[in-house]
Amino acid sequence: MFRRLLSLLCLLPLAAFAQAPSLQDVLQTQQDAVEKASRKTVDQVLAALVDAQAPGTLEFIEAWGDKRVWMRKDDKLFFYVVTDDNQTYTLLDLATRDPAGTADKRALKQLKPNSGVRSVLASYLVQFQLSDPDPARRADALTAIERAPDESHYAPLQASVADEGDATLRARKERLVRLLAVQYAPDPATRIAAIESFAGDLGVDARSVLNPILASTPVLDAPDGANIARALKPGDDLDIDTAFDLALAADKVAPIPSVAERKAALEANITDGTVGGVRLDLLNTQEGRDRAYAALSHAGTVPDWQPGLTKAAAIADLTFTEVYAEPDPAITDAAAATLASINRAVGLNQMLDLSLDALSLASIYFLAAIGLAITFGVMGVINMAHGEFIMMGAYTGYVIQQIIPDYTVSILVAVPVAFAVTFAAGVAMERLVIRWLYNRPLETLLATFGISIALQQLAKNIFGTQARPLTSPGWLDGAWVLNDVVSISYIRIAIFVLSLIFLALLLFILNRTRLGLEVRAVTQNPRMAASMGINPDRINMLTFGLGSGIAGIAGVAIGLYAKVTSELGADYIVQSFMTVVVGGVGNIWGTLLGAGLVGSLQKGIEWFNPSNTLAAQTYMILFIILFIQIRPRGIIALKGRAAGD
Amino acid sequence: MQKSFLARNPSVLIFIGCLAAFTLAVTLLSEATGATFISTSFVKTLGKTLCLCLIAIAMDLVWGYCGILSLGHFAFFGLGGYMIGMWLMYERTKTIVTNSLENATLPPTADEVRDAIGTQIFGVVGGAEIPPIWLFADSLFAQLALVVLVPGLLALVFGWLAFRSRVTGVYLSILTQAMTLALSLYLFQNDSGLRGNNGLSGLQNIPGLSHISQATLSIWFFWASAVALALGYLLAVFVTNGKFGSVIRGIRDDEARVRFLGYNVEGYKLVVFTGTAVIAAIAGALYYPQAGIINPAEIAPIASIYLAVWVAIGGRGRIYGAVIGAAFVSLLSSWFTGGGAPDVPLGFYTIKWTDWWLVLLGLSFVAVTLFAPQGIGGLIDKLVRKS
Amino acid sequence: MNILKKTALCAVASGLMAGSALAADDTIKVGVLHSLSGTMAISETTLKDTMLMLIDQQNEKGGVMGKQLEAVVVDPASDWPLFAEKARELLTVHDVDVIFGNWTSVSRKSVLPVIEELNGLLFYPVQYEGEESSKNVFYTGAAPNQQAIPATDYFLDELGVEKFALLGTDYVYPRTTNKILEQYLKGKGIAESDIFVNYTPFGHSDWSKIVADVVALGADGKKVGVISTINGDANIGFYKELAAAGISADDIPVVAFSVGEEELSGLDTANLVGHLAAWNYFQSAESDANEEFIAAWKAKMGDERVTNDPMEAHYIGFNMWVNAVEAAGSTDVDAVRAAMYGQEFPNLTGGTAVMLPNHHLAKPVLIGEIQEDGQFDIISQTEEVPGDAWTDFLPESAVLKSDWKDLGCGMYNTETSTCVQIKSNY
Repeated sequence: MFRRLLSLLCLLPLAAFAQAPSLQDVLQTQQDAVEKASRKTVDQVLAALVDAQAPGTLEFIEAWGDKRVWMRKDDKLFFYVVTDDNQTYTLLDLATRDPAGTADKRALKQLKPNSGVRSVLASYLVQFQLSDPDPARRADALTAIERAPDESHYAPLQASVADEGDATLRARKERLVRLLAVQYAPDPATRIAAIESFAGDLGVDARSVLNPILASTPVLDAPDGANIARALKPGDDLDIDTAFDLALAADKVAPIPSVAERKAALEANITDGTVGGVRLDLLNTQEGRDRAYAALSHAGTVPDWQPGLTKAAAIADLTFTEVYAEPDPAITDAAAATLASINRAVGLNQMLDLSLDALSLASIYFLAAIGLAITFGVMGVINMAHGEFIMMGAYTGYVIQQIIPDYTVSILVAVPVAFAVTFAAGVAMERLVIRWLYNRPLETLLATFGISIALQQLAKNIFGTQARPLTSPGWLDGAWVLNDVVSISYIRIAIFVLSLIFLALLLFILNRTRLGLEVRAVTQNPRMAASMGINPDRINMLTFGLGSGIAGIAGVAIGLYAKVTSELGADYIVQSFMTVVVGGVGNIWGTLLGAGLVGSLQKGIEWFNPSNTLAAQTYMILFIILFIQIRPRGIIALKGRAAGD
Repeated sequence: MQKSFLARNPSVLIFIGCLAAFTLAVTLLSEATGATFISTSFVKTLGKTLCLCLIAIAMDLVWGYCGILSLGHFAFFGLGGYMIGMWLMYERTKTIVTNSLENATLPPTADEVRDAIGTQIFGVVGGAEIPPIWLFADSLFAQLALVVLVPGLLALVFGWLAFRSRVTGVYLSILTQAMTLALSLYLFQNDSGLRGNNGLSGLQNIPGLSHISQATLSIWFFWASAVALALGYLLAVFVTNGKFGSVIRGIRDDEARVRFLGYNVEGYKLVVFTGTAVIAAIAGALYYPQAGIINPAEIAPIASIYLAVWVAIGGRGRIYGAVIGAAFVSLLSSWFTGGGAPDVPLGFYTIKWTDWWLVLLGLSFVAVTLFAPQGIGGLIDKLVRKS
Repeated sequence: MNILKKTALCAVASGLMAGSALAADDTIKVGVLHSLSGTMAISETTLKDTMLMLIDQQNEKGGVMGKQLEAVVVDPASDWPLFAEKARELLTVHDVDVIFGNWTSVSRKSVLPVIEELNGLLFYPVQYEGEESSKNVFYTGAAPNQQAIPATDYFLDELGVEKFALLGTDYVYPRTTNKILEQYLKGKGIAESDIFVNYTPFGHSDWSKIVADVVALGADGKKVGVISTINGDANIGFYKELAAAGISADDIPVVAFSVGEEELSGLDTANLVGHLAAWNYFQSAESDANEEFIAAWKAKMGDERVTNDPMEAHYIGFNMWVNAVEAAGSTDVDAVRAAMYGQEFPNLTGGTAVMLPNHHLAKPVLIGEIQEDGQFDIISQTEEVPGDAWTDFLPESAVLKSDWKDLGCGMYNTETSTCVQIKSNY
């Protein structure tokens, strides 16, 4: 690049040579690399800019990274711009910021360096920003270091710590100094101290500086004084092929032709329908081919090979060791010890994180299933359209959000409205369909299934098949981060809280109110309850409405955390049934236990089989089928009128 | 004096007569005999419909007669299809591979042929190895046996577990649905060894019969389906007419009473459940070579629920009802969703049947359950009794 | 000649069937085989509307060879066996001359045996996993080397990613693409332990654990990047969880192959700004043809509708077919096929698409960053990349070549110089 710069300089008239080149001139020498910025060429642009020391360079680098630099298409000059209407732009000179004419949007091109380039630029700016009076810039600099730590950052960062006034930034700086010290501190004692200071630290950044220290490679016959990690046994902890290649590179073994190579050699040596004296039609087995090859190899026409010669046998006598790239054993020992302590802590915290996930999943299942459990328990009615009530709630939330643009208000409105809508739908369904089918549970199942098909298709006809957004309010964005391992999004916490509220509410209704008393009475013995003056018809209707209403609220919650589609309900219906069946019918505690079991089971299986979530679901269902064998009536079996009798 | 089986069941003769006449008519009007009235694609549709009628008979036996609302019989149907599909795919690929290796310089080894087949079949889904479950895929007889054995065993084990612990009623329905879901989720995995979501395809090309046109093949399969349906019908009527039929109807109506009479209720249920699963599997093995492709979506729980819908609409507890329901609803469904039904303009809104058919089906299903629990078959019975 | 025969046959048939429309004689029938109901309706209905718009536009220009085009739309309802049935119906009952259709790979595999048996012609507009070449199919979407490989190169070269998380929905496209990418990355010196692969079911919604796993990948100090082949609705939950975990595109960039303008319209993109997608087309591409196309689309469908990559594929495929028919002077499949090779048509993104003898297009690859308004900011555009039916990065496919023009074979083994099979794999 320097030569190119030089040759360009020669071409410039002497007048330009007399004064220092302007920023624009320097950029024009690198025109292409600036316009089509790439991580591969940005270093060269930076070097040119730094060499030239033109006024305004630093501001330019910052503006470039922020996508504030534009290019005029016809003469390819660079400018800053200001605009009032996003149509006509006033161009500003790079060095002086004086207006330099106007241009239409179509005549301009905004420079958009990709994030790779931006990170290089930010990394370069670090040295100037670390002591910048503006705390936001200092924070930017620290973020840049965190993203791409570099040896060149160590000294300026260390120097800037003492003058840092902001407590948060100071803490960040101190941690960063330690992180950089692990790799870049000049003396081993500082490095070891830095390494040991991270014992038990859960940050991903700590692990990300410690792990590279333990980077190692397998070698054959380690040289004296090498920092040896361990001895390797080919086949167990070292791939046979890798080991063989190492040996081959060191000329310790002769090459062994592979099956494909031997086949190619046979094909190349066909004479008169035979290979090595073996007839072609006998070469349709590996043994036949091996015999032919051995014959050829005996004759010396092909590389030496005899049947039975394998790579494993060839390298059996050689010793392989794993050697650290880091020569100082004291440092690798310290890193290994620190990492071991970190990994213990990480393991514990991962369990905690998994438990939180399981809890969150359980709360979602609980919300989805509790309405079902109530209707199932009280009326012995399986409502296959329950999933569609969930969907209805979610769409209600979506519609409300279209009317009320404020997300917080709209959610607060959506929850009661969703309850009202699905309550009404549930009551209507009970009045119109279900009450004619009491004592015919299988028919209820099918009739509600018909309703489920119709509702699902109706939703498709109204809202289309496209997933609809149900956006959570800003204060539910983000996650509650305990540390780099344990975190849970606020929206999940909100769902968890919501399900707790419903648990409490339902317990209150069932145990402390007149309605609850009547519901429990009908659940246990409807005829007796009727003869005591309870109107089972009314109770059935209200319970069904209540169950459906809760499904509607569950819909809002599920829509917030996942998506609103017409198939949303169908995705949860089988899990909901599982929850109810496992937990036992007609009992809130049962449903709670069921949801807990199903949720933690699913997460637990995912833990063992991380590469396939589908398998987790399959195994979960299988487990539940087996579980029913042990407790056919669920965890908490209800006495009295239970489903299926 | 006991009347003969046919005399006691005039419907059997009527049914088989109708089926034979229908088969003959379709054959004569199809492209296979040179006529152009019935296209090959419609012959395939009709052939598939006959298979659906067969599984509907199985469903009617297990639900209409024995009172077990199984939401899992389509899983057996699908498994039957998978078993025959494995042979169809393997043999077809083997022919291709052997042909392409014919001109190789060295005669291929058995391993090379197997590897090439694996690459051909599983290369499509990002694999290359032939999974162990394809062990018998090169033998037609083994796979035909598996068509019966695999679904039969699954039904036997599942049924034994479920009936043993006295899971009944809606509980059992949910459990069968869970089984279906588990199976389809399992098959959806690429690692299941049955090509995951892609399933087995190209099944309409029968190995060794590539010189025979699809028009002819479709008629052959149509005949096979018709014969299977006729046999299934005969079997069903025969079984439900004997003492066995009385016992299972008794189980449907009052399980406890039958148990107290000394019958082994669980045993009877298990026999019905497993037997119908086998019928379903055979129907599936005939269905999928006509459909051309089987994939896990076919087994999804919704399919089994539709099966129950057909039987309910046709009329439970009468074998011909199941047949009518399956044929009527599935053909109507393909007419509506295929854009065959004209749109209804209402001025402010146009009802497109592709959109509204499912709503109609769902609601009419509710209506049948509420107002005509005996389905179409019940209406026919009423008419017959009146005349 | 062939047309005459067809017309004659048609006349006989309609005489026999008495109900058949006679008007069919002077039109050219174009079959549209896209799901209008079921799970895929969301994506495929758009393509059906695109086809109807293109056909209308062509008819306004005077049709093809002086004849009007007639669209025959059928609904395979996202039901894979039904695709085969409907394809057979289109080719035998409706006698269409060409079919534009399919979205999912499994539906294409279902249709393949039928169109090969009946010698039909299918234009397939969606990016797919490759490893297939049918005499009767023109693949106007991207092959892996036109989408996945350039995007991975971008990750390696421009973003300096050293550790890869390949997340996908468990079906054939992600499986095959990831298999190719794994080999490709190993060839680029990425260790196997630095490639994390995970598959989730369709419509997966519980992403917290997987996102946490991806974050934990950064623990060995290498820059992590996610290559997502997650399909459809599942993306919504995935991106929501990413946003909730506070992962910015600068920390862990995500490049998606199945997320376009249409998918983003179901999502609040404020938290996703900077994440990437790779396609051959973005609505934000600046060209006159594109502006015209977008304007026509919005005029037909409404202002809020967006355009996407498969729509452009249909646009190119349809126009190439029209030109090929004009060039061949017939709609006969074999004549049109011969005229297709070398057909050129301007892309909507500028530049020219060329139909290659392997039935794939040469198209540029674009990489876009997600913006707040749900559109993509194009940050990288390559030269035209020729589509490759058989990938060079899997040993068993590297030796295969597809050339229907000169070799007359879609699966030609260059090592043994033999044609493995004339029909395609399904």
